[in-house]
Amino acid sequence: MSSSAPAARGAADPSAPRRVVNDFSIQVATVNGSGSQTANLVLLRSIFQSGVPVSGKNMFPSNIAGLPTWYTIRANPHGYIARKNEIDFLVAMNPETAKEDVLALEPGAAVLYDEPLKLSGLRADLTFYPVPFDRIVAEVCKDAKLRRLVKNMIYDGVLSRLLGIELGQMEHALRRQMGKKTKAIELNLAALEAGFAYASTHLTKADPYWIEPLDRTAGKILIEGNAAAALGCMMAGVTVIAWYPITPSSSLPETLISYMRKYRVDRETGKATFAIVQAEDEIASIGMVLGAGWAGARAMTSTSGPGISLMSEFSGLAYYAEVPGVVFDIQRVGPSTGLPTRTSQQDVLATAVLSHGDTKHLLLIPASVQECYTMAMDAFDLAERFQTVVFVMSDLDLAMNTWMADPFEYPDRPPDRGKVLDEATLQRLGEWGRYRDVDGDGIPYRTIPGHRMPAYFTRGSGHNERGQYSERPDDYVNNMDRLARKFETARRHVPAPEVFDEPGAEVAIVGYGTSHWAIEESRDQLRREAGIRTAYLRLRAFPFTDGLDAFLDRYARVYVVEQNRDAQMLALMRMELAHARSARLRSVLHYTGLPIDARSITDSILAQEGLKARAALVPAVHAALGAGRE
Amino acid sequence: MATVTPEPGRKVNRIGLEIQPYRGGKTTLCAGCGHNAISERIIDAFFEMGVDPREVIKLSGIGCSSKSPAYFLGEAHGFNAVHGRMPSVGTGAVLANRKLIAIGVSGDGDTGAIGIGQFVHLMRRNVPIVYIIEDNGCYGLTKGQFSPTADMGSKAKSGLSNDLPPIDTCALAIQLGASFVARSFSGDKRQLLAILKASLAHRGTCMIDVLSPCVTFNDHEGSTKSYAYAKDHDEPLGEINFVPFFDDITVEYDPGTTHAVELHDGSRLYLKKVAEDYDPTDKLAAIRLLHDTASRGEFATGILYVEPEKEDFVSLLNLVDEPLAALPLERVRPPRAVLDEVMESLK
Repeated sequence: MSSSAPAARGAADPSAPRRVVNDFSIQVATVNGSGSQTANLVLLRSIFQSGVPVSGKNMFPSNIAGLPTWYTIRANPHGYIARKNEIDFLVAMNPETAKEDVLALEPGAAVLYDEPLKLSGLRADLTFYPVPFDRIVAEVCKDAKLRRLVKNMIYDGVLSRLLGIELGQMEHALRRQMGKKTKAIELNLAALEAGFAYASTHLTKADPYWIEPLDRTAGKILIEGNAAAALGCMMAGVTVIAWYPITPSSSLPETLISYMRKYRVDRETGKATFAIVQAEDEIASIGMVLGAGWAGARAMTSTSGPGISLMSEFSGLAYYAEVPGVVFDIQRVGPSTGLPTRTSQQDVLATAVLSHGDTKHLLLIPASVQECYTMAMDAFDLAERFQTVVFVMSDLDLAMNTWMADPFEYPDRPPDRGKVLDEATLQRLGEWGRYRDVDGDGIPYRTIPGHRMPAYFTRGSGHNERGQYSERPDDYVNNMDRLARKFETARRHVPAPEVFDEPGAEVAIVGYGTSHWAIEESRDQLRREAGIRTAYLRLRAFPFTDGLDAFLDRYARVYVVEQNRDAQMLALMRMELAHARSARLRSVLHYTGLPIDARSITDSILAQEGLKARAALVPAVHAALGAGRE
Repeated sequence: MATVTPEPGRKVNRIGLEIQPYRGGKTTLCAGCGHNAISERIIDAFFEMGVDPREVIKLSGIGCSSKSPAYFLGEAHGFNAVHGRMPSVGTGAVLANRKLIAIGVSGDGDTGAIGIGQFVHLMRRNVPIVYIIEDNGCYGLTKGQFSPTADMGSKAKSGLSNDLPPIDTCALAIQLGASFVARSFSGDKRQLLAILKASLAHRGTCMIDVLSPCVTFNDHEGSTKSYAYAKDHDEPLGEINFVPFFDDITVEYDPGTTHAVELHDGSRLYLKKVAEDYDPTDKLAAIRLLHDTASRGEFATGILYVEPEKEDFVSLLNLVDEPLAALPLERVRPPRAVLDEVMESLK
């Protein structure tokens, strides 16, 4: 993965045309609602099937139809799958953005465009391929109403020819994508072939970009983070799910519903081993989760920033009254409504301390679809072990985009249901108090309604260790101190960070979540371009484990990479770490709403190290983020 | 069932329990508070119906009313939720364990103001729960501000007059889909007990609004929620005769004088007719009755509406018969073959 070999640049003969093989990005610019998703996924999948590592990122508006949308596919032979700023091959289908999209390209890029847009006169340093989409689609699709839906498949056909992706791979991907819809497959296949035929007879290859078969994707799967999390929840044995629709979270419960209906209905009776409720809002969602968790079920909800804000009061109750529950936060861009369809890591700080009053929560931070799956299971175990609400901090990039991964493993251990009082334990303890710390780890025993063990009154008001109402200062302090002790215990149970030490290096990077992919690529860039070797620690949970302290002690300057403006994780580290350690911390911040890219990290670190960043790229970054796109 | 052998002479119910497990902690509400009388009736109803307290969950929101679950059924689990959000907690709990018998106690502010959203959706879902509003038209715990059930023109202790129309929680509940809707008065022991017992025989949302005067902040002249006003303006719909399924008593009524309703568990309800055209299974008639009595400045009490056959939320979701919370691992974690199948589909 962290190979430092330069990108494949093809022929050794300097007079031969430049060939860029399997290492470029394609951006498809369309209008939201025009049915381009199928064509884009077919393109992505056909590259994947060719054995070339690939990632697809959808940059879409908060809109049903009519606004511009961009889908970026990055192929990379080394497996770099973070977003890349530079676009090498543009497919311009949207009249509204075409001009600006073309002007933002770097010299040498190629543009495939809808002929009437007349883009070829805009620049002399690009390769242009005009394609008369309307004329081609009219020939293959007699029904004028359906043309809009199959038109996009034509660019797949053209790209198949121009990039050298086998048409058979496209066809296979298309069949896979469309399932059993025979008529739709026929129409789309015709469009695909027509595009290929048009390119064969009318277009001459003049750009350097090629896809050639590799063997880097065998056995791998393609999945979105939300689907992976849904699978994890099902395997964790979730039984009660309450949710409220919000982008980019909705596809998690919706995918879960489809899995549960298929795999969790009792065969004999036809009855469900789960309850899924679309609640009236996020407050009710978490209320139902806590009611169910209190009554012994594994319960979850999924939401995004605005929902997290609404869940604040109940989160404090879950912490203080010690009720288990799992909340997925699929982070989008805030504050307020913000950019609902863009990605960020902006909820970290608020969620860690969500609620009024002294409160601290357990956060799990997946970086991959794999971790969306495993951390879903971890979250339920930790929620029941620690009798509290656990947040899984995903983000839009991870949740809604398609990622390559190894197939998920079947869970190898039974769920941890935590300390639930039973007859034997009661005998051993002699006397039971709901909030009494009998094991010294801050975790008390709970009882569950209907189990016929001693009852207690669960309340968010002050209580003593027997669960009785109390306003006594000593009761309050004892309880709060025990909760702090419980949080200390959690440090030893949450997923430990992933550490990549670099002996002798001075510079280290701390990152988390989806920043991981860009950080890995950036570390290679730093080594290659400036000879800077870096150590790297990827946080996977809050509270921090002891490993973080030791790591920070080994390096002089530590860059904390985050996708937010306010260096939120760094702020949490300052809260938790000794001053001497936190003094070593510096920030690399990215908050454009687009997934973080390696170049931004590299340039920021180089600048802070007093070295010159690759300045030539800076205007391109600004152009790509121009106001016209918002 | 418990098989306690009682001491001779001690009164036990049909499952062999004495009254003690049905009692709760000592009340911290004001002396004479209507809420305490309601707690007493809840104790009586659960005792007389022979409901095992260990199968009951008590839920509440925030406010004076919401403290009261600590004062009854001490052997039942309780959950004092956040303000106005008890319905969601109750919904989650009964979904987790459909065998639990849920009783929620709320207030007029907890329900009608901050909690109106969750209230509305609880009624709409017909979640199996007995939902009691201890209704005194004011916020007691914060010293007497008007609540959304305060009548127009009703006077606060400070002399301030309420200038907004009240929310009729019963009319709302009927319209939204609650399948058992009643109103009573904390001072009418007999009627309230009959309603509570009938509610325990029903499956679905039982919404019971109980006028429960606040002796400290809303019991003065000029208030429409005082004891004196309630006594003068209470219009009982007629005698309620509730016959639980375990009693063999047969009741004979003159034809045409009584509505007989069979409840979910086989218990029977005989409601004496007060007006020729009033039928407690007729939604529109119930709403009209509420409207007509309110326009006369009276409040009708009794079982206003009942729909015994309506599907409750748990049935609607087609849940397995066992509590979801108690399902063994092999029923909630699909086998390895399922994961393999899903993985194969993603390759």
